[in-house]
Amino acid sequence: MKTTDTTIDFGTFWEGVWKENPVFVMMLGMCPTLAVTSSATNALVMGVSTAFVLVCSGALVSMLRYLIPKEVRIATYIVIIATFVTIVSYVLQAYAPEIYKVLGVFVDLIVVNCIILGRAEAYASKNSVLRSVVNAAGMGAGFTFALLCLGAVREILGSGTLFGVHLFSAHFQPWLVMVLPPGGFFVLGGWLLLFNWLKQRVASAGTLQEETARAQ
Amino acid sequence: MHNESLTFIFLQSAVINNFVLAMFLGICPFLGVSGRVNTALSMGLATSFVMLISSICAFGLNLILVHYHMEFLQLISYIAVIASAVQLVEMAMKKFSPALFRALGIYLPLITTNCAVLGLALFQTMRHYSFAQSLAFALGAGVGFTLALLLMSGLRERLLLANVPNVAQGAALSLMLAGILSLAFMGFGGLGSL
Repeated sequence: MKTTDTTIDFGTFWEGVWKENPVFVMMLGMCPTLAVTSSATNALVMGVSTAFVLVCSGALVSMLRYLIPKEVRIATYIVIIATFVTIVSYVLQAYAPEIYKVLGVFVDLIVVNCIILGRAEAYASKNSVLRSVVNAAGMGAGFTFALLCLGAVREILGSGTLFGVHLFSAHFQPWLVMVLPPGGFFVLGGWLLLFNWLKQRVASAGTLQEETARAQ
Repeated sequence: MHNESLTFIFLQSAVINNFVLAMFLGICPFLGVSGRVNTALSMGLATSFVMLISSICAFGLNLILVHYHMEFLQLISYIAVIASAVQLVEMAMKKFSPALFRALGIYLPLITTNCAVLGLALFQTMRHYSFAQSLAFALGAGVGFTLALLLMSGLRERLLLANVPNVAQGAALSLMLAGILSLAFMGFGGLGSL
């Protein structure tokens, strides 16, 4: 095994939130992103559940990384992830049955969220326990942030509320399609457009500065 | 559940509640493999086949789990069954049709983490479908998935020639397209509820 960098700094956490945001940059875990973000509350619960599974499975995979035979590693990861998802699913059923009813099958589908398996394979199996946990927490935070971005926009436009609080007067005409399936695609597409535009502006500002510096 | 005839279940999972466009299952391959019509078709067919097999397996497995009161193992056993079903399909295909195996390449093992397959197994258990109903459901879901992939890949092949603004290239545009497709599929909404 290669000697890996063992320092833990803020970057280990932050890269998951911003530079390698699982939803906006890596386009992973699209299904829950689109399906459960019809309100900000759902988005938050889904994000936190996924983050919990990410951190726990990251820790366990990292602890067992010398014990798991290479040939069956994917199957082992899946079983570890499925165990934690079952825990989350039962906890939600016990303490938040209304939210569980809304999220429904998508809680169980955290198992096949590619972010979690991807992190287990690409990061936790190669790094120390603490590093894996910090990185998984960052990824979880990034995922929750992305879900909240979508959920908030869709809830405000689609039902005129945020976390169930009414924002507008009674004359507000809800834009119903935003909470329906097409709205999910449109809002995520819109966010990606915005980020692309920002990235291009930053890039072109960079080249402009370089050119002026060269001209001088 | 008065109108749960086999035809209705098939139609419902194929177009009314299309797995990709209305229930957001299997978005990853939908965005990743829909670049060309050929690969989209093979991917759709392979996924449909795995759906059918895992639906049958999940039905049998659920009977066993319910009999021994071990429903909490549902998730773990389903995902294990799907993973082995994919492995089996892969081995069978390698032996009997190497050409198709090469054409599908990396997409075949990735079906394991396709949420449409696991979602199908979970839905059929949740709705207490009979064996025949499960089969109709799986077939419909497969047809719907293939249909969505084909439509999307056709559109994207056209888009390659279109002149779109720089910011909109790539995933953003695909998502907007998917939104419009999804709007179109909402038109099937009232079907079957006569």
